[in-house]
Amino acid sequence: MNFIMPHLPVLQVAIPLIAAPICVLFTFGGHRKVAWLFTLAVSWVCFLIAGALLSRVLLDTDISYAIGNWPPPFGIEYRVDPINAFVLLIISGISAIALPFARLSVEKEIETDRHILFYTSYLLCLTGLLGVTITGDAFNIFVFLEISSLSTYVLIATGVRQDRRALTAAYNYLILGTIGATFFVIGIGLLYMVTGTLNIADLAERLQPLSDNRVVHAGFAFIVIGMGLKLALFPMHVWLPNAYTYAPSLVTVFLAATSTKVSVYVLLRFLFTVFGPSYDFVNLTFEFVLLPLAIVAMFAGSITAIFQTNAKRLFAYSSVAQLGYMMLGVALSNIPGLMATILHIFNHALMKGALFMALGCVMYRLGTVSLGSMKGLGRSMPWTMGALILGGLSLIGVPGTVGFISKWHLILGTLEAGFWPIAILIVASSLLAVIYIWKIVEVAYLEKEINQEKTLKEAPISMLAPLWVLVILNFYFGIDADLTTWVARNVAETFLGGES
Amino acid sequence: MVDALISHYNYWLIIILMMLGLYVVVSRGNLVKKIVGLNIFQTSVFLLYISLGKVSGGTAPILTGKPEAFSNPLPHVLILTAIVVGIATTALGLALVVRIRESYGTIEEDDILISERSQDASDINGSSA
Amino acid sequence: MSNQSILILSILIPLIGGIGISLLHRAPNLREACTLISSIVLAFVVYSLLPKILSGETVNITFREILPGLALQFNVEPLGMLFACTASGLWIINSLYSIGYMRGNQEENQTRFYIYFTIAISSSMGIAFAGNMFTLFIFYEILTLSTYPLVAHKQNSEAKSGARIYLGLLIGTSVGFQLVAIIWTYLITGTLDFTPEGILNGKIDPTLLPILLALYMFGIGKAALMPFHLWLPSAMVAPTPVSALLHAVAVVKAGVFTVLKVVIYIFGIEFLSETGASTWLIWAASFTLLAASIVAITKDNLKARLAYSTISQLSYIVLGAALASSIGILGGGLHIATHAIGKITLFMCAGAIYVATHKTEISDMTGLGRKMPFTYAAFTIGSLSIIGLPPFAGTWSKWYLALAAADTQTWMVIGVYMLSSLLNVWYLLSIVAKGFFAPPSETSDPSTGTIKEAPLLCVLPPCLTAVGCIALFFFADRIVELLRPIVN
Repeated sequence: MNFIMPHLPVLQVAIPLIAAPICVLFTFGGHRKVAWLFTLAVSWVCFLIAGALLSRVLLDTDISYAIGNWPPPFGIEYRVDPINAFVLLIISGISAIALPFARLSVEKEIETDRHILFYTSYLLCLTGLLGVTITGDAFNIFVFLEISSLSTYVLIATGVRQDRRALTAAYNYLILGTIGATFFVIGIGLLYMVTGTLNIADLAERLQPLSDNRVVHAGFAFIVIGMGLKLALFPMHVWLPNAYTYAPSLVTVFLAATSTKVSVYVLLRFLFTVFGPSYDFVNLTFEFVLLPLAIVAMFAGSITAIFQTNAKRLFAYSSVAQLGYMMLGVALSNIPGLMATILHIFNHALMKGALFMALGCVMYRLGTVSLGSMKGLGRSMPWTMGALILGGLSLIGVPGTVGFISKWHLILGTLEAGFWPIAILIVASSLLAVIYIWKIVEVAYLEKEINQEKTLKEAPISMLAPLWVLVILNFYFGIDADLTTWVARNVAETFLGGES
Repeated sequence: MVDALISHYNYWLIIILMMLGLYVVVSRGNLVKKIVGLNIFQTSVFLLYISLGKVSGGTAPILTGKPEAFSNPLPHVLILTAIVVGIATTALGLALVVRIRESYGTIEEDDILISERSQDASDINGSSA
Repeated sequence: MSNQSILILSILIPLIGGIGISLLHRAPNLREACTLISSIVLAFVVYSLLPKILSGETVNITFREILPGLALQFNVEPLGMLFACTASGLWIINSLYSIGYMRGNQEENQTRFYIYFTIAISSSMGIAFAGNMFTLFIFYEILTLSTYPLVAHKQNSEAKSGARIYLGLLIGTSVGFQLVAIIWTYLITGTLDFTPEGILNGKIDPTLLPILLALYMFGIGKAALMPFHLWLPSAMVAPTPVSALLHAVAVVKAGVFTVLKVVIYIFGIEFLSETGASTWLIWAASFTLLAASIVAITKDNLKARLAYSTISQLSYIVLGAALASSIGILGGGLHIATHAIGKITLFMCAGAIYVATHKTEISDMTGLGRKMPFTYAAFTIGSLSIIGLPPFAGTWSKWYLALAAADTQTWMVIGVYMLSSLLNVWYLLSIVAKGFFAPPSETSDPSTGTIKEAPLLCVLPPCLTAVGCIALFFFADRIVELLRPIVN
């Protein structure tokens, strides 16, 4: 054990990375179930490692791991502090919960001869997301970002068996995602030009005297835009609805819960660790770019969601709105606001994970998630729809759910910043969420059942169990928010600590 | 002023290439041409990195024993990675185009949009695709 | 049993009953038995707490703090005790009546109906015993959500649109105004605990106080202060037992109860009367009171008329709170109980008439009094109690409210009370008069010849509550005695 412990940071990424090519080997003999079990096992190992890392950074100090013993800032450094340990836990945790759900869902939605390759891509995607989060090297972020993005495009395209539009969704995401990533790498290049370093901690130090440098400003702008594209910040969200709608259910669950969150994390990392609100141009960005865009996102996302007829697309647009909340917290750049963002990274993963998983169950039985086909479904699939409603309540932000915790902090943040009209806007946009959730309630419970012959059964237990685990977590962390708020406060204080 | 323009000619070239690539991505309706544009765009970034590693009078960083000025090798290494990423992206994009062509019968964005719209309409009417 | 466990039990018993009901959905008789038993057990448990509260004990439970200063916390105080007693007591009668009504009308989805009913009762208990505004708000929202399926029970387009307005207004006001007010309060005081002197004193700029009060008062949509009253008439699409639940047992009572709680324990009566921040509320409530009474006169649909009557009666209580005097609070608290018992009588009678004759319009109800003597007798007693004539329960609450107006020298309010009582006479007794004295319209409708009283379970409960109206007249001092500690 003592031998492994110091190497946990690298193992976190190396294990899924090595596992991916191994997984391909199962093609010989076509062991689909083995491939799934293998992926499941890898996910759980990652989850345990992330748990160990988080507990270590929370109880002890930050971990710095030099890859290949090349000391930072020359070599690549993996750096674990509370915020990214927290994000690592979210990614691997969602993966660990989603994979038990995956087997039947994948069996149903993806062509049989592609399963093993699907799991391989999934492992690569996991690697990429974990890598982006853990690394302390700016260029390394780009590399892992592309690993995760490329595998994501593949994963989305596997939805082609359900709907051919998965292909165009993947293609559009590929174009926009690549532009985003390239913008990001241009930004990194510009920063490297003036500082000569790629290490994030080192960058932060060397940028201090350069706050008036035009190249730094340009680099900053490229990074914000690049990450804005990746995290679907309104109006750069156009790739997201189709990608979420036509991807296989498992992929939607995983992406909605993790991938945009990772981009939010990277943005946070650059905004606060590398630059920080003490720079004028960062503050201006907060006030005149992120704040208005976040508010528009909250409303545009929610209002568009109301008019959707496909449940997955509805929640995809709701994700755009929720990302608006996260960006709003960033833009406030005070402790409660930033706490709200960090909490919402976690909380939104829980609720969207649960919601898309419930839709995955619907997909498994019905083969479609259009609202028109879900009429009266509350009676034939009570557990699935019950979970959907509870997840929806959490999305609205009903007290007792995680959604409430993040909104509460967000409102506190706006009031502390003196923007009380924005507090009212937050509340108003929550009311829009009530409308689109209630649209589903009415369809599911008050419409005449289509399935009169009772041929439709509840989803199998192996899908319901992970779904309900997430639903229960939604409520558990809504009532016992000690751990999450503690981490969030810790992180927010570190991020804003350099300000004074 | 003119001096500044000329002495930074590499950046001007890079910017022109970058904008060209981006323009092709946005303006072309043909999916393959979009990928071509994306490639031009990415290539300009490769050039950006490579040219910023150049040290005037420097040579390739090979230890020959004589003290010499070396070009910075790090951007070159970085861009090797980025080239690999670019190739992977291109390959994947083209693979997607092939599949799109198989199921839609076209690679023109406008035609794809038309057939998707009709599919959207049939979704709303309840018949599954 | 310790007081704490009684408190928790009173919230859990209805839920346990709900689980029992869902398990027994195949055996309707057992299912109804389960409803009745849990209502009786609940009433027993709640009333066992009463003597302890009367003797001045307090019961406190604090569960974990969700966020700093925001704990899930319960605290039994006299006003909550009164609300809990009213709700749990009337639940027994309402359950009896539900059984008669739902079976008499052969409604569908009865199991769902009973389950959500138990959740609504449980959340009412939560509201009654909430120890801080946060806990109260949670249960307030649960109550809204759990009554939504009840309002939409019939599932036709009318029910759906009615339920949409119901939910939209209640959620909209509670999130849009009330939550903002709560967060504002929390931000300036750092606590949301119900404290006898209020928590705002000295913490807020008095010029902002009326705004905060407005956020609370309009945010508590369940108190149906105009212009946020429309949910009540549109919820009339629900089956009658649900209307009784909304109007008498739980929902609107939860609203005015919250109003009283906020005024007493968040603002503090003295602070309010010193700053005069509630003066506007006196006018707003008076307006609602009179306007709703006048609208009630124009309504021919019996349930709609009763709905507007409720809106007007709720404003009595809000007015009692707005006067910011201890007697007004007493009167308001008393009116929660007396109006509940009077209004439930009226609604159950309306339901009984519907079950027996399928008539909903007052103009069609001529001469029914002679065919349905018990129903109409109960209706008369209920009406008189609402009007506030002795010897019926409603007398006392109006007495105290008028006294409060005199005490604070707001003579206008006394005028409003008198005028509205006259309007009450008009819109309620005209129904009674039509029933007893107008000739039956048998010529137009031959089927009326066969009209008989509704089934026993539909008629007995209103008769019981009518007796209750009289009994409460003589025992009102007990309620006053219960409430007195809060206004010292």
